[in-house]
Amino acid sequence: MVDVCFYFQVHQPWRMKKYNIFQIGNDSNYFDEQKNKEIMEKVTKKCYLPTNKLMLNLLDKHPEFKISYSISGTALDQFEKYSPEVLDSFKELTKTKQVEFLDETYYHSLAFLYSKTEFLEQVEKHKNKIKKLFNYTPKVFRNTELIYNNEIGQYIERMGYKGILAEGADHILNWKSPNFIYKPKGCNKTKLLLKNYKLSDDIAFRFSERSWNEWPLTTEKFGKWANQINGNGVCLNLFMDYETFGEHQWEDTGIFNFMKKLPEQMLKHPDNNFKTPSELIDKHEAVDELDVPNLMSWADAERDVSAWLGNKMQKSAIARLYAIEDQVKKSGNPELLDTWRKLTTSDHFYYMCTKFFSDGDVHKYFNPYDSPYDSFINFMNILNDMTIRLKTSDSLQFSLQKARI
Amino acid sequence: MFGWEFPPMKSGGLGTACYDLCRGLYKEGIEVTFVVPKLPKDSKSEFVKLMGANQHVKFQEVDSIITPYMNTKEYLEVYEHLDENMKENYGKTLFSEVHRYTKAADLITKRSDFDVIHVHDWMTYKAGIVAKEISGKPIVAHIHATEFDRTGGNPNQAISQIEYEGLKAADLIIANSNYTKNNVIKVYNINPDKIKVVHWGIDENNPAYNTNEVSPFKDEKTVLFLGRVTLQKGPEYFVKAAENVIKYVPNVKFIFAGSGDMFPRIVNEVADRNLSDKFVFTGFLKGDDVHRAFQMADLYVMPSVSEPFGLVALESLKNNTPILISKQSGVSEVVTNAFKVDFWDVEEMTNKIVSFLSYPSLSYELKKNGFEESKKFNLAEPAKKCIDCYNEVIEW
Repeated sequence: MVDVCFYFQVHQPWRMKKYNIFQIGNDSNYFDEQKNKEIMEKVTKKCYLPTNKLMLNLLDKHPEFKISYSISGTALDQFEKYSPEVLDSFKELTKTKQVEFLDETYYHSLAFLYSKTEFLEQVEKHKNKIKKLFNYTPKVFRNTELIYNNEIGQYIERMGYKGILAEGADHILNWKSPNFIYKPKGCNKTKLLLKNYKLSDDIAFRFSERSWNEWPLTTEKFGKWANQINGNGVCLNLFMDYETFGEHQWEDTGIFNFMKKLPEQMLKHPDNNFKTPSELIDKHEAVDELDVPNLMSWADAERDVSAWLGNKMQKSAIARLYAIEDQVKKSGNPELLDTWRKLTTSDHFYYMCTKFFSDGDVHKYFNPYDSPYDSFINFMNILNDMTIRLKTSDSLQFSLQKARI
Repeated sequence: MFGWEFPPMKSGGLGTACYDLCRGLYKEGIEVTFVVPKLPKDSKSEFVKLMGANQHVKFQEVDSIITPYMNTKEYLEVYEHLDENMKENYGKTLFSEVHRYTKAADLITKRSDFDVIHVHDWMTYKAGIVAKEISGKPIVAHIHATEFDRTGGNPNQAISQIEYEGLKAADLIIANSNYTKNNVIKVYNINPDKIKVVHWGIDENNPAYNTNEVSPFKDEKTVLFLGRVTLQKGPEYFVKAAENVIKYVPNVKFIFAGSGDMFPRIVNEVADRNLSDKFVFTGFLKGDDVHRAFQMADLYVMPSVSEPFGLVALESLKNNTPILISKQSGVSEVVTNAFKVDFWDVEEMTNKIVSFLSYPSLSYELKKNGFEESKKFNLAEPAKKCIDCYNEVIEW
């Protein structure tokens, strides 16, 4: 019996505009309106709309088919601003009742590692947003980029979630299989779902890779691999970026056709089925407790947090950012707080990653900057401007300043 | 191989490049006969001593007073300064001198045995053509800089003509960067299929690297300009950026190393902008002093308007000094851990220099990763690629 669990991450950051030292103190618009709009429109056309349409057809055609999403607040806000039709299509999907939404930090941030207060506030904000848009209250949590350790698992349990998603990293699992349900170390109720990274990445990363000895990937072949889990596991967790469809893997690679035929192929085997994360958790008992003392994620070969916090620039930038959290909150200025929170988005630190040579391609593809150094400089200039704005104005002065503009 | 300069007599990166290429080729088992113009004031013993260990490079010297990067006016200046009896030995103009060099090629070709003719830049192209006429062997024309690059877009027509003929006659062209390749295509409309790009490498084992020369400016950061002080190298952008930088970072010194036709103008600029106490002029540096200058500096800035390659930037990295280079350079195609700016973008240059000086985490990462990356450059790689080029044109 294999329950296939699809989880898609939907995320777009607020990209910053080019901001140099001469602008510090003179320019309080930090974001690249034009670029954010262009990218959203591009990805909407290439991925979000066609993929949502495909999913809707599949859900209608196969009542057994189930999927789940975690959509970051920054993506939702940009849908509202630039592509409201995408939001409508997600709402259509929820009507099928075969779709589950997960919670995460609103700003797709690393807040858990730097401020528990901020973490709680961002999760709460996300929960409210999902409730408002989709009239749904998530019961399962997915931390930014599947960043996870024992502490996060235990914290999530105290917050009342019944499950959390994580990477099925080899160095944690050893001989264990990601195709079972686990329990985070120290937890009583909350369960742990682990990504089957081999089969997930076959779709997300290797699908169009002609040098891969399994290329081209067919649904028959993939179905065969999935069926092999029967007898050795209860689930197959396929976790990936939603942008895999049409954006990372372009339409001409055949990714849509692959997905179109996959549910049917999987259902050919009488023991296979589809489940959402909540359904998996309700149905299966945890086979074991999993001890994850160190942070892991789904990024890069290392499967750790070095993509965001691996070098001194990243560490110093994020420390400086969280150092002004209290001041920002005390200012009582909601606009300033939202801006500050947009800076907490993990992507800004990902752009500063210098691990060019081992994982260069993926990092470069997603990086709007020429180099990690440029991205650090830009971020720090903006952060400096924000710090100056904080110093020169309490909330009253700030609004006066705004009134003058 | 026909070249126009060789260490220690050199005024630019080409001499180092030829020297390094010959060493690389030697290690790959290639025998090189190097034909080089010899300056009258050269100390021949030093010259030979340098290459003494390398039995496989044979030197054929042609008495000449030409040097690379020379224009017709500069040639005349050198010529006029010669003793009356010396003048008889040399042509009255740069072109007649090149002609003499070409004539010598005739003789040398007849005396030598070789498979391929490798010529470096326009002055040697005619010699290459002559050598091909006599021997029937293929020409590989190396282009380190087009006349367009050297003159900032105001080419000497006669030189352009020679450059064009040489490139046209070549069986294969080696450009030292895509930047140069694109210029060759743009200016001379040469078939791109005939042009291969071989980026320069650098001697990975020079003992002069990292001798840890310490800056005398203990409490001040140092930013270095090092190169010929000519329009092509963009020295005035360095001065403009410096003027901006000190508004943000007061404790910084700008080291200005090099000489050239724009030098007096730069000194005036620095004085006019009240930057004299922030600038240190070292004059022309050579040999180990170049490496010392790099080691003393916190950041090397190469704001070249047009830089076909820019080997000096790799030397900086090898000395563990991070670099800010213009995007109008060949070296920017091969180095990732570097600041890159458009040469004219003084604002961005300032932005980067100020940030570099302000954030220890940034300077730490750029330095560490730049040095790490410099390890991928060596002498063997470009030599191997040149041999591939030879094999493409040699008829077996």
